[in-house]
Amino acid sequence: MSVAVELRHISKRFPGVIANKDVSMSVETGTVHALVGENGAGKSTVMKILYGMQRPDGGEILVNGQAVNFKNPNDAIEASIGMVHQHFMLADNFTVLENIILGAEPKHGMTIDFAAARKRVADMSAAYGLDVDPDILVEELGVGQRQRVEILKVLYRGARILIFDEPTAVLVPQEVDDLFNALKGLRAQGMAIIFISHKLDEVLRVADDVTVVRAGSTVAQVKSKDVSARQLAELMVGSELPQPTTHGDTRRPEVTLSLKDVSVPTKSGSRDLISHISFDLQAGEVIGIAGVEGNGQAELVEAIMGLRDYTGQIEFKGENIDHYTVAHRHDAGIGLIPEDRQRQALMMASPLWENRILGHQRSKPVMRGFILDKKATIADTRLIMDEFDVRAPGPHTLAAALSGGNQQKFIVGREMSKAPALLVASHPTRGVDVGAQAAIWEELRRAREKGMAIVLISADLEELIGMSDRLLVMLRGAITAELNPQKTTPEQLGSAMTGAQ
Amino acid sequence: MKKLSTSRVLLAVAAPIVAAVVSIVVSSFAVLASKKSPMDAYTTMWEFGTQAGSLFEVLNTATSYYIAAIAIAVTFRAGLFNIGIEGQLRLGALFSAYFAAKFVLPPVLHVLATFVIAMTVGGLWAAIAAYLKVKRGVSEVISTIMLNSLAVGLTSFLFAQYFAEIIEGSNNLTTKILPASAHIPDLMPLLNKFGVEDQPGGRVYGMLLVAIALGIAFWFIVNRTRFGFELRASGSNPIAARVSGVNSKKMTFIALVISGAIAGLAGLPTILGDTHSYTMGFKSGIGFSAIAVALLGRNGAVGMAISALLFGFLEVSSRALELIDIAPETYVIMQGSILLSSVIAYEVIRRYKITLQSKELAKVVTA
Amino acid sequence: MKTKATKLLLNATLLILVMSIIRLITGASDLTSIGTASAALLLSVPIVLAGLGGLFSERSGVVNIGLEGMMILGAWAGGFIGSKHGPWLGLAGAIFFGAVGALVHAIATVSFGVDHVVSGVAINIIAAGLVRYLSTILYQGGSWPGPSQSPDVGAISNNGLPVLSGGTYFGWKSPDILTPIAEKQWFFISDIASIIRGFTGDLSYVTAIAVAIVPISFFILWKTSFGLRLRSAGEAPIAAESLGVNVYLMKYSGVLISGGLAGLGGGFLAIVAANHYQENQVAGRGYIGLAALLFGNYRPGGILMGAGLFGFADALQLRDSAAIHALILLIVAILAYLVYRDVRKSNYLSAAISGVMSAGFMWFYLAVDVLPGQLVTMTPYIATLLVLSLASQRLRMPAADGIPYRRGGL
Repeated sequence: MSVAVELRHISKRFPGVIANKDVSMSVETGTVHALVGENGAGKSTVMKILYGMQRPDGGEILVNGQAVNFKNPNDAIEASIGMVHQHFMLADNFTVLENIILGAEPKHGMTIDFAAARKRVADMSAAYGLDVDPDILVEELGVGQRQRVEILKVLYRGARILIFDEPTAVLVPQEVDDLFNALKGLRAQGMAIIFISHKLDEVLRVADDVTVVRAGSTVAQVKSKDVSARQLAELMVGSELPQPTTHGDTRRPEVTLSLKDVSVPTKSGSRDLISHISFDLQAGEVIGIAGVEGNGQAELVEAIMGLRDYTGQIEFKGENIDHYTVAHRHDAGIGLIPEDRQRQALMMASPLWENRILGHQRSKPVMRGFILDKKATIADTRLIMDEFDVRAPGPHTLAAALSGGNQQKFIVGREMSKAPALLVASHPTRGVDVGAQAAIWEELRRAREKGMAIVLISADLEELIGMSDRLLVMLRGAITAELNPQKTTPEQLGSAMTGAQ
Repeated sequence: MKKLSTSRVLLAVAAPIVAAVVSIVVSSFAVLASKKSPMDAYTTMWEFGTQAGSLFEVLNTATSYYIAAIAIAVTFRAGLFNIGIEGQLRLGALFSAYFAAKFVLPPVLHVLATFVIAMTVGGLWAAIAAYLKVKRGVSEVISTIMLNSLAVGLTSFLFAQYFAEIIEGSNNLTTKILPASAHIPDLMPLLNKFGVEDQPGGRVYGMLLVAIALGIAFWFIVNRTRFGFELRASGSNPIAARVSGVNSKKMTFIALVISGAIAGLAGLPTILGDTHSYTMGFKSGIGFSAIAVALLGRNGAVGMAISALLFGFLEVSSRALELIDIAPETYVIMQGSILLSSVIAYEVIRRYKITLQSKELAKVVTA
Repeated sequence: MKTKATKLLLNATLLILVMSIIRLITGASDLTSIGTASAALLLSVPIVLAGLGGLFSERSGVVNIGLEGMMILGAWAGGFIGSKHGPWLGLAGAIFFGAVGALVHAIATVSFGVDHVVSGVAINIIAAGLVRYLSTILYQGGSWPGPSQSPDVGAISNNGLPVLSGGTYFGWKSPDILTPIAEKQWFFISDIASIIRGFTGDLSYVTAIAVAIVPISFFILWKTSFGLRLRSAGEAPIAAESLGVNVYLMKYSGVLISGGLAGLGGGFLAIVAANHYQENQVAGRGYIGLAALLFGNYRPGGILMGAGLFGFADALQLRDSAAIHALILLIVAILAYLVYRDVRKSNYLSAAISGVMSAGFMWFYLAVDVLPGQLVTMTPYIATLLVLSLASQRLRMPAADGIPYRRGGL
């Protein structure tokens, strides 16, 4: 076997993000090579360098033994490297075919030869078992199908070296199995596959070799059959991984949140986005909402927060709050960690102290009546930054300058500062580093013990199982199962999420 | 925490300086193109512009620009763009001049009543755009532009058909002259006390004080109140604002209507301070110059004051260019090039600041 | 596809039918006259060109409010260059000047990431000031009749569709079949004949070229790889970049084409629609072009329809204010249709609003005999507002339109 890709001492400085100090790895053809490391360790950066999206400050890249110097993705594509991005790089308003051929269109005189393209895509779909309708708009596809389009895109360009950036992050266990089968097929065809992940059990299942990076440097390159998940974890963080767990039953008799027959219709009223949801949530209880993304979780959050019209009743601390506005619900003591922090919870171009006000602009300490108390706000911002370990120079730092983990810790701190009776936490640890993840879990645990009720929505099944007192499974807008987390494995939960029993 | 280091000061003044330099270069070429000496042009402008009489006029021009710019800034801060200032201020001026001449009230009250009419009309006109935006999803940029054209047609129609009278002995049209109680006295008595002497034909309108008060109120409300915060939040991240409990549609509506109401006042300095009626010669284009003033002043109370004065100065002083055979319209070139280069320079510096902050942050994180 | 075309034809026929009925009732024969149809086409062209300009720019992800300014530059250049070097070079100059304005917009928005609307508005202000300055200088020099007007530009010749609408081909004079039919004033048949005759007879070559640009734009944007790449820059620039598409180049191309088309639209106003440049000649047509773009939901065919609507309203107000008076009845009819539609959908509040408005317009129609001139000139702007308020809600704009893009993020 020959070496397809070799990275030698790659370094990249990058303001605000931990740099690649010294990354080396060697990937052989016909293998799956995993690149593991915690969030923020520099995995994505090194892959962007390999794919020509960024240029290294130092080090060497060799492809099939030749030193290369990529200026842009075109050069990488030329060298038969392809990348399946974590956040799908697809134009929703384009057809599958248009997405696949973009940048490498077959021509027929002046025009694009759509017929030839369609045939080639159909051939590839058949050859690799990646079935998808080429003439459908991408916006109509589910997550798994979108990933197939991404893979086809890469293969269409004749890639022999494929980079997968956290490909399983958005998949349910069954889709993961499909993906892994596809990877094995590609490997058998002599392709080199680089598989980026921080989920160690998956890595051990699919990879032949593993390279571990920590804080921007390669710490080990090993054969996967020679290591255990525990050993990999220790290599990754230099210590044990934090576990999402809670201790004991902290439930109190009073019901904090009660949903009765809550439905949210679509705008046209033709069908329900969520239908007939009912549950009670006690003080000191964490209820986990499991489900494949897009099965009504977002709408459930919006209904609880009053951001969407719904039918049915919602009671908060025994009082009906259906007529409450969004502002009213915030003030009554419902805290929210929204799923997309940059879009829904921060003003990126504003300093942290102004972000401290968001969602709290009707109460102390930031407001005295209708007047903004700047001094008190800044002082309180500093307090939150200390208490929740938000690493930034000070309250005047712009939110945009912070790393994802620090932004999230700041948001959690902001919501906790008003000691809400109910916290709606949507993907609270998505995309944050291990340190921040552990800190956020610890905060949730502490709040739960103090009697806070928590609605936890997550795609991380271990987080759901570990943190929740009860699990509800949502499928196509309805609650289809209630599970006891102590007796549920991720696989069982995954099956329940897809409706397979 | 906020150290006043040299780099910070440099950053703050870099954009205006770059803009000024670019503008001087561009307008010098423009003057050269007409085979005249740029130096002559600038000295002529400076000498004429800094005469006391000219400065009075600069203040008067800037007063209207400033009020109109504040109107735009209200929407800018909310992430909207009211380009319809011109129409709103015209309608406000015409209606208030016409109706306020129909009754008599005690002095201060009469002026206030005139303000109320102007603000109501301007606000109502803007409310059309607000309604279309909130209920029908029509971009306020396009609707306010259309409403501008409509307002111009409507004012000339109403003025010519119903509101105007012909002045004896000329073919000038004007609305009925306002009673003395609706006049705003000029500031000359006050300025005399500070040693400023009267100038032949030149006076500083009393509306200047209204503009200053409006500027202070604007600063305070936007930066120091809950309403101002919610306004800025809707502008800076409308989705996050909505999630945090801001009623974004209401905010959009209110911002546009307030903007229109303030715009209604922008046509009044001349009417209440000088002509005491709406005349055929009512100055056009205030609303468009004000857009430039607001952009140049970064929608800040102080920045817009400075840029309003600058625009006023360029406009007034360039009149002297005619004396040395240079087209006075050169000021348009100056204003235009300042506007565009400053907009670009601000953006470049904003990005540079973020990079700078990220570097600071990197130090904290790795420490 | 076939059903779509059938539906379109059916709707057009229905509209003409309604207009013939209104013509019969009100006696406003100009509503469907040859002159009106021909003027409507002439007045639509600048708006079509502006709208197509907007299409290229916005499909590449750059909002272009600066169309107005680019049209102003084009109109001025058309007058200036056209009066010196003839109409065709004048049009070329108009395209070039429009593209220069667009280059400034592209540098500001694409290279420096300035807010698109801010940059566009700045360009409009600057363009208006610049041409005034240039005109003043030229006027002082001597050859210009006034600081707000250029010398006359030579005409570009007209022609017509052979057999049906007259015209001359290599010395052969074609018959004109449609005009006699149109003059008969037969219900419906004459209306159709005169509209077709208006569209196809006495046509400037530039008009024909401009109308041809509509399908050409469609072809470029949807059938060529350049078009696919340009649209990808407006839908998903990061994805496009990751596939090796040069997003900056695409955006620059889109904006420059946009400026060239807008400039051509301005030049058309100066050279074909009039015979000289005049200050305020553009009069908001760049913005109306944008409105046509929105009305057409970012598609060339839709832009053509939107522009046609505005051109028609404009033609009527220019030719005959009595016809505008009659047009109020058309508004009543449209609103009545909306009431019917809303009632069927049990959307009673909306129906009530439309009903009240319909009644209001009916009252206005009955109460006023002749519309005053100043109000009549407002027709295209009112039409724009009305159309936008009906069309804006089902818009599908390019996903990354107006969002500053920077290679590699941040």
